[in-house]
Amino acid sequence: MSSTTHPIGKNPIPRHLISIDDLDRAAIERILDRAESFAEVQGREIKKVPALRGRTVVNLFYEASTRTSSSFELAAKRLSADVVSVRSIGSSVEKGESLKDTVQTLSAYDPAAIVIRSPHVGAAQLVAGWTSAAVINAGDGKHEHPTQALLDVFTLRRELGSLDDVKIWIVGDVLHSRVARSDILAFRRMGAAVTVCAPPTLIPRGVEALGCQATPTLGGLDEADVIYVLRMQRERMRDSFVPSLREYAERYQINSARLRPGQLVMHPGPVNRGVELSGEVIDSDQALIGAQVKAGVAVRMAVLYELLVPAPVLAVVA
Amino acid sequence: MAVARLHHRPAEPAELLIRGAYVLDPRSDLDDPHDILIRGGRVAELGAPGTLQPPPSGDVLQAIGKHAFPGFVDPHVHLRTPGEEYKEDLQTGTRAAAAGGFCAVIAMPNTKPVVDEAAVLRSLTDLARRDAEVPTGFLAAITRGLDGQELTEMAELRDAGALGFTDDGKPVTSAGMLRKALQYQRLAGGLLALHEEDPSLSRDGAMHEGAVSARLGLAGIPSLSESTMVMRDAALARYEDARVHFQHLSCEESVQALQQARQAGARVSAEVCPHHLTLTEDIVRTLDSRFKMNPPLRSESDRLALVQALKDGVIDCIATDHAPHARHEKEVPFEEAPMGTTGLETAFAALYTELVLAGELELPVIVERMSAGAAVYELPVPRIAPGEPANLCLVDLEASFEVGAGGYFSRSENCCYHGRTLRGRVLLTIAAGTVAYRGRLLAKAPALA
Repeated sequence: MSSTTHPIGKNPIPRHLISIDDLDRAAIERILDRAESFAEVQGREIKKVPALRGRTVVNLFYEASTRTSSSFELAAKRLSADVVSVRSIGSSVEKGESLKDTVQTLSAYDPAAIVIRSPHVGAAQLVAGWTSAAVINAGDGKHEHPTQALLDVFTLRRELGSLDDVKIWIVGDVLHSRVARSDILAFRRMGAAVTVCAPPTLIPRGVEALGCQATPTLGGLDEADVIYVLRMQRERMRDSFVPSLREYAERYQINSARLRPGQLVMHPGPVNRGVELSGEVIDSDQALIGAQVKAGVAVRMAVLYELLVPAPVLAVVA
Repeated sequence: MAVARLHHRPAEPAELLIRGAYVLDPRSDLDDPHDILIRGGRVAELGAPGTLQPPPSGDVLQAIGKHAFPGFVDPHVHLRTPGEEYKEDLQTGTRAAAAGGFCAVIAMPNTKPVVDEAAVLRSLTDLARRDAEVPTGFLAAITRGLDGQELTEMAELRDAGALGFTDDGKPVTSAGMLRKALQYQRLAGGLLALHEEDPSLSRDGAMHEGAVSARLGLAGIPSLSESTMVMRDAALARYEDARVHFQHLSCEESVQALQQARQAGARVSAEVCPHHLTLTEDIVRTLDSRFKMNPPLRSESDRLALVQALKDGVIDCIATDHAPHARHEKEVPFEEAPMGTTGLETAFAALYTELVLAGELELPVIVERMSAGAAVYELPVPRIAPGEPANLCLVDLEASFEVGAGGYFSRSENCCYHGRTLRGRVLLTIAAGTVAYRGRLLAKAPALA
């Protein structure tokens, strides 16, 4: 006779959140449902719940970040966790300490979770091998940004009810975008059809293997229910990925001439006003950019909660 | 007197009887069991199993069921000396070689300092005569400091013992510079070995460009960064009627370019690495930096093209590109990690397990190509034949082992086969007539009555 334990929930949440590939559709939905309840908390005067009281969350940011770092910090605080934020600037990282040594040092504080943002692909996965804390990937190089994708799905689900058969175009610098990679995977998993559109120099060779279509022009944009616009970084000009911002904007900018009524516009921020998006689109009610930012806190609370608060356990005797 | 081009620590010549080993030496047309008598470091006699008398003052090794092959020759290793002895030195690197069945290795010059002056080369050959467990040859740089700007003193470096020249680790980017080196080779002699990569195409790439790099967000190194340079340099070699060797070819397009160059009469040869013959880009999904090497692991169709080219003799020989790195250098995110895998201790077992046992290649092809690097550099090719210096290894094809479980002879552990179970264990290596490696598993035979 042997006994095993099963969580009550049918949808197992992994120990870490490194990639959207870690989550099946049911797990994504469970996180989003949890986020709905936290979104409700955000409407109250006292926006705090005691779920993580006495536990520590470390935010380890090796890259500049406003939205992600502040929303993770706020999410952890609203769950009543103690929060330590470490940025590479002004820390021992700047003195040449290796990622491994930094993580092992911070692990000495016995954190429940380490949230890491790194300019390098695979950093979060490496950290997961060096600590007993749950690791949340807040962006690793051009690889993934799973909590951004979750908040994007959350925002769209609220707006549309479901992503099934929704047509989503991702427009812009897909090559250098971790948001694009996580979004393609998450949108697909939730039943949407994804097309990526960018100058050919900014579409990674082999991108179709992620389960999307690729096109070099905005022709056909009318079919899109949602247009997800990526940030065009100025340094891409230097490497000749695009000859000029002017030509880029002329060909790829989402503006009122190209947007048809009923289409929704999203952007992970920060926006280059007048480059990838025109001002009037940003400010129109078709844009969900503000809703995305707002969703960030609730979704990150849900991720922390699902990873850190153990599900009630049933003992099953087999 | 001819210039010595291989160097090792002097040791007692072997006196040994290997009893009943299955001898497989395609060049000597041997493919059956024999007693091998080694006297004074030479193969004295081959006889039917159980017929030869042991030497008066030597061991008898029971080898029934074991295989004897000509010793392997690795035309491409990084021994990291001088300058990076924390990764490898001549002793640890050549011990790893001996443990892998190699009876000779050829070291690359991208050390610190670079082997671009006769004085550096002479200090290395002196060191090899003190420390090297197997004969070791050295390539010198084509250009000073490997910076592609000025030729080294190739003639003097040849006189000091350089086997040939390479800027390995980097391409000779300028066609004009390579052309001058090919012209100057007529004076200096020595093979020009080329690391083929167009840096304007490979840029900051960390892996093969394709579906996996698109998924991971890693910058890709397209196959044509290698193949276009193979085409260019084969054309230069033809024009100058020079002899060039292409190092660590990794993709189908390069194989096609090589084939065309050969058909057009270019004097070219090429090597391929065990990791490119057995692994593909798919394994990079693990983001384990042991799988980061240059050239990168490529697609399955590239791998199959390389296997076919090795089989057909389009690619001449196997080279490990043994590239040790310290643990702390590899324990970093993939993009930050240095390129390279160790390979000396696993080359044969990896190829035997992944290609021979999988039915992709016949054992004699592997055995022949594992030592064919010698001919590329005009060194004597190991043979198991009476009168020949003893250069051989004894292998147990039935024995399997977990790579790295018992540690490594190399100072570094960045082996792409780490943790895998491989079959084909080297039991004994005799290099230049001396016992360079002897595993613990080898039983002494009872003396004949």
